[in-house]
Amino acid sequence: MGKTTAMSERLGPQPGERIDREQPVDFAFEGRRYRGYRGDTLSTALWASGARVLGRSFKYHRPRGIFSLSGLDCNALAENRDSTNLRMDTTLIQPGMEARAVNTWGGVRSDLYRFTELFSPFLPVGFYYKAFHRPRSLFPFFERRMRRIAGLGSIHPDQPLQATPKRYDFCDLLVVGSGPAGLSAAIAAAELGLQVLLVEEDRLPGGTLGFQLPGEPQAGGLLAELLGRAAALPNLEIRAGTTAAGCYADGWVALIDSRRLTKLRARSLVAAAGCYDQPAVFRNNDLPGVMLASAAQRLIHQYAVKPFSRAVVLAANTDGYRAAFDLHRAGVKVALVADLRPQGEGSRWRDEVAGLRIPIRTGAAVLEALPALGKRGIRGVLLCPLDWRGDPLPVKSEPIACDGIAMSVGWAPADGILRQAGARMGYDQTLEQYVPDRLPAGVFAAGRVNGVYALGDRLEDGRRAGRQAAVYLGKAGSAAPAAAPRRGPAFSHPYPVVPHPRGKNFVDLDEDIQLDDIRHSLQEGFDSAELLKRYSTLGMGPSQGKHSNLNGSRILARLKGRSLAATGLTTARPFTSPVPLSHLAGRIFSPQRRTPIHGRHRQLGARFMVAGSWLRPEYYPVPGSDRRAAIQAEAQAVRGRVGLVDVGTLGKLEICGPDAVAFIERMYTGRFAKLKEGRSRYLLMCDESGMMVDDGVAARLASDRFYVTTTSGASDAVAREMARWALIWSLQVMVLNLTGAWGAMNLAGPRSLEVLQPLTDIDLAPEAFPYLGVREGRVAGAPARLLRVGFVGEWGYEIHVPADAAVGVWDRILEAGKAAGIRPFGVEAQRLLRLEKGHLIMGQDSDGLSYPAEAGMDWAVKADKPFFVGQRSLSILKTRPLTRRLVGFAFPESYGGPVPRECELVIHEGEMAGRVTSAAFSPTLKQVIGMAYVHPELSAPGTAVPIRTGGRRLVTARVVELPFYDPGNLRQKQAPVS
Amino acid sequence: MKLMRCPVNGWRPIQEFSYGGALRPMPPPGECSDRQWADYVFHRSGAAAVKKEWWCHLASGVWFIAERDTATDEIQRTYLYGEDDRHE
Repeated sequence: MGKTTAMSERLGPQPGERIDREQPVDFAFEGRRYRGYRGDTLSTALWASGARVLGRSFKYHRPRGIFSLSGLDCNALAENRDSTNLRMDTTLIQPGMEARAVNTWGGVRSDLYRFTELFSPFLPVGFYYKAFHRPRSLFPFFERRMRRIAGLGSIHPDQPLQATPKRYDFCDLLVVGSGPAGLSAAIAAAELGLQVLLVEEDRLPGGTLGFQLPGEPQAGGLLAELLGRAAALPNLEIRAGTTAAGCYADGWVALIDSRRLTKLRARSLVAAAGCYDQPAVFRNNDLPGVMLASAAQRLIHQYAVKPFSRAVVLAANTDGYRAAFDLHRAGVKVALVADLRPQGEGSRWRDEVAGLRIPIRTGAAVLEALPALGKRGIRGVLLCPLDWRGDPLPVKSEPIACDGIAMSVGWAPADGILRQAGARMGYDQTLEQYVPDRLPAGVFAAGRVNGVYALGDRLEDGRRAGRQAAVYLGKAGSAAPAAAPRRGPAFSHPYPVVPHPRGKNFVDLDEDIQLDDIRHSLQEGFDSAELLKRYSTLGMGPSQGKHSNLNGSRILARLKGRSLAATGLTTARPFTSPVPLSHLAGRIFSPQRRTPIHGRHRQLGARFMVAGSWLRPEYYPVPGSDRRAAIQAEAQAVRGRVGLVDVGTLGKLEICGPDAVAFIERMYTGRFAKLKEGRSRYLLMCDESGMMVDDGVAARLASDRFYVTTTSGASDAVAREMARWALIWSLQVMVLNLTGAWGAMNLAGPRSLEVLQPLTDIDLAPEAFPYLGVREGRVAGAPARLLRVGFVGEWGYEIHVPADAAVGVWDRILEAGKAAGIRPFGVEAQRLLRLEKGHLIMGQDSDGLSYPAEAGMDWAVKADKPFFVGQRSLSILKTRPLTRRLVGFAFPESYGGPVPRECELVIHEGEMAGRVTSAAFSPTLKQVIGMAYVHPELSAPGTAVPIRTGGRRLVTARVVELPFYDPGNLRQKQAPVS
Repeated sequence: MKLMRCPVNGWRPIQEFSYGGALRPMPPPGECSDRQWADYVFHRSGAAAVKKEWWCHLASGVWFIAERDTATDEIQRTYLYGEDDRHE
């Protein structure tokens, strides 16, 4: 690096400047060393040092400089080690900072990609869609090339994860924008007692008071006075550097600052976000040195930087004359003010400018800016006169030498938030501007976004809006004053666009879209605002059309011969400005549930799996043994000795009340009126279309009290549906969801009785506690409900205990079972064991279109009951032929290949004839078994069914009667022999 | 994020609620035709209108009825099932 470049363009101290001249800051840009002051941004420090090329354009890599200096355009984007696509206009310089422009080849000053522009005649609008799609195989190659050339910054995937905190907030009134209107609205509302939050996108509050109005004598001290009044109000908070980026239903607003996203609930909204300064469209209107008049004023007043040496001002409103005045006072030689309007300026500012001996030419436009060497700036302009309609006449002026053009030809309302909040904008012919036409309740607009321009009017309009918000919230009497007048003359020109035979008159600087590109899009039929946007990408760049949508609409309207009101706007969507994804990334607010015994599974080294919202032990790995062997050993422990599985994820509902029986009979397909106390019965639930949705067990604890289990995933939904039906049927019944309050485990295997009896006061003798019996008592000191179930096909007990006692009971059972060779088993072993028994798992062996007859579950449906949910639909389905059946299948014992996966296909005569729902190698049967839906004609036991296995080969399986194991259910019913 | 008024718990963020489908009176299952039954089970009107909908406040398990304009997503009123003071 060479020596530091001097700040040659720095002005003397300006009132209200944002820099601290006591604190110089050294930094580097593109490998060169620069010095700025604390408070300078990358753009202003570079401009102060005479640098002009700050960035390169997206498509043609044309040199770009300062354009709006508001942080809203993306001419100047930089990256450093940590971040990319930093907007240089608003990124403060830091000591030691090393920044470079994004997406150049060999640096911003002589970017080699600049030669892309030579091909621009061959890069028409919609170029992407037209080229490179044939041959298809080459598209990835072209896509990579194009993305590299037409791209933005690079990201660094090795960046450490950044924590991005979120904040929640609320207020009575959110005011967006801290210009004269916003400040006076916030003060008026706060004085009426509202809790007010005012957000300002800029680093400091003030809006136009800070850069545009210092030239206006009566504005002197106004900002300080307003800020002083605001500071004295404890219920008014000002947050600068904060963007209201999205507005959602019911006053839900996304606030973005440099560190975080704040989710704000605002009871009312005043939008006083002002307007975006709009460019004129002429040849080379994008080169460094051509900037918005407001940008030149920001440079002068906020950063004490001289924008140019010799300027031409292109004006169509008072603001342009103010800018000429400010430029002159900053020592810029103003060569000329060209005014697009034939009648010129009517305010006193015309005389102020004329008094400085600045020539004024009315009815004149800039035809083109003449590029300096390498297009790194401009060296002059050519003007042309306009006819009485405002159309340019084909007469070129002699060149006028200058190194800068300041444009002030119109304003577009910063209405993103307003429109997202539901406001409708209408085009005001007098102002030549879109203004709010209809506002939803609780949403107000004030200031220039509301079409109010004079300083006094803006202050008054803000007070009105603040007061109206107070009236809306009932904090003030309803005598709200009428809207401040929207009065002319217009600050916007109806058509600041000058065609040029050689083009390069840019409408959209983000995407390098020229006037002709819009014409061509229309010729190809993309002639509505929304279609034009998508086809030409107008307004789709990072500035989201803030400086291009309005001119685009004006051009579209003119080419179509329509009014702007008829042309319409594109939809305003969040976010109004790009937001770093890291601001949005965050934790997922859905809890992952763990059973009360989870800690013990972890100690046992369990491999966990996600099952719905639960984390469950899949199996317990054994050193020196693989997954399959470990699972099979667990299953064999249950078949041969005894095993313990955590089933705390089961839904556990208590249903009680005088109508409990009637309710369960209506909810489920079975019959429960005669179920005795102390007994349990299988439950099947269908939906109204007759499809199976859940199953479980009902245990009758008393005549009016049932304990009901549901499948793990469905407990909340089932409990919720039950509550709704109870309401609809007006039954006296209470449904309590005890799923989280109780833990549960299943002790199963021939030695389970022997293990459990010493731990409980319940008599487990087979005659005292038969199969399907239910008993309440104590297990290992804890109150417990015991259910004798047979899900895994062995003698066993489902033990339900309060959640806080579950770990103790688990430990005591494992301890007591040591001698019997007890082993904890996981979900996989349980699935295998139940598959051997041919038991369905809802959602695995059933889908959204499975009804009981298909799954061989007709035995659980008592169709002759008076009513149950799904009954009528099942009666209709009964008249139809079955289209599939769930059957068991077995592979030959000699088969040693992979196990078929779920949803692998059954193939019959070359056609799909069904699908596998469950399959596993059974260590008990020593062969691969499974269940599948097949055509009814293939469902008879013994039928050969080819199954595509492992994605490829067909293995011929045989349909087998279910269950595979212990068809008489003797093992779960008869007393263990041990 | 929207707000919704639960008739029991007052204004709460919409995240706390679950949509339970349109309120549809069940035809008498023993008497209606198969076609009427199928219409009840399967057919829903997607036409924009003010609709009566089931909503559940998840945290408290309160089911209630909301009248919502599906064109504007504006929730006009909420009340407990059977407590509609207007004509049902």
